[in-house]
Amino acid sequence: MTADNQSARFEEAVLPHLDAAFNLARWLVRNSTDAQDLVQEAYLRAWKGFAGFHGGDGRSWVLTIVRNTCYTWLRKYSRRELTVEFNEGVHTQESSVPNPERMFNENASRAVLEQALQQLPAEFRESIVLRELEGLSYKEISEIAGVPVGTVMSRLARARARLRDCIAAVTGDGGLTCAAQTLKP
Amino acid sequence: MRCTDAQTLIESYVDGELDAVHTVDIEQHLGDCSICAPRHQDVIELRSRIREEVPYFRASPDLQQRIRAIAREKRAETSRSRVPLWAWSGAIAAVALFALITVGLVRRASESSREQMITQEIVADHLRSLMANHLTDVTSTDQHNVKPWFNGKLDFAPPVNDFAAEGFPLIGGRLDYLAGRPVAALVYQRRLHPINLFVWAAPEKYAEKAIPQALQGYNILLWARDGMTYCAISDLAADEMQTFAALLQK
Repeated sequence: MTADNQSARFEEAVLPHLDAAFNLARWLVRNSTDAQDLVQEAYLRAWKGFAGFHGGDGRSWVLTIVRNTCYTWLRKYSRRELTVEFNEGVHTQESSVPNPERMFNENASRAVLEQALQQLPAEFRESIVLRELEGLSYKEISEIAGVPVGTVMSRLARARARLRDCIAAVTGDGGLTCAAQTLKP
Repeated sequence: MRCTDAQTLIESYVDGELDAVHTVDIEQHLGDCSICAPRHQDVIELRSRIREEVPYFRASPDLQQRIRAIAREKRAETSRSRVPLWAWSGAIAAVALFALITVGLVRRASESSREQMITQEIVADHLRSLMANHLTDVTSTDQHNVKPWFNGKLDFAPPVNDFAAEGFPLIGGRLDYLAGRPVAALVYQRRLHPINLFVWAAPEKYAEKAIPQALQGYNILLWARDGMTYCAISDLAADEMQTFAALLQK
């Protein structure tokens, strides 16, 4: 394979999935700067290992590498992972332009779901992100996360139950009583 | 079906991951059961709230630049590196072999470049349909609305079937153009992923067995049947595309 050929194939197989890669990394490490660096690192790894990629599903392949890169980072900085404040989500949502009216009307309910998702352990968070935001199948998620399909199903079920509880807690008595204390991967 | 069984299956059902037999069972149960039906609604509601309220973070232009640079820089590095001596003998042999084969290949090459042109155009059509928010001209999940819509717009009648029960609901249809002539574009959906199915009556020589291809991150299947050419394209995984093609080939 010539170098030109290889980089053309690389661009074709994995570049279209850059948004998916960044979204996953951003949800896993929960901040934009680190997510960008980790995606770049993951794509470098993907490039180096590209000779071992024999066609197939480029998205699952690159998301697996992104996920593993992020988990290595999370393990290294796991203290940061454990000390995230509950309100951090509101202030790190860099993509939305502040709009007072919108914030007033929607923040209460919107922020709940976003924060509840931020609070889930990484394995549960990634299941929801891959399933609901990326629309991947159980099988694809199981390949990316390296666990059986049954595990994907139970993680999704428990994650959804937790998100439902959080919504209910807020709409019920107005208090946030859904910190992630009981969910363990 | 008992409620305890139904409740373990509701999420898989909403996720479109149940097989046909269980799907029929659970739909029957949800129609009858006043306990499970609201739970089903809860699951659907949570899903739509997640999709609406949870932000999807896209890669910034800066990150895109950084990623593109990886392939470019590495390519430059590799082409600067020295070619070992043994490679030259290989190259000479390759040139000789190439000269031998070229003559035989020229005719086939013109065919395959036409195929390539078509797949590239299909990717462009697919992208346009997604970007311009012009997925369907006729939006209906009813095959009996979609099929007659093509009357008078095409000089052939594309077969239109709904596969909602199998997890590939029909969304609608649209008129599109391929290699300068009008073709039928049927739109199906699998979870979040739209599938464009292009159908045209044409002399293209494709096999009945679907040939998989991948281009720009999209999976493409091409096959021919009963004098028509079919091309399905989506960002679904290759095996799900095969499942979809198998439904159409039944």
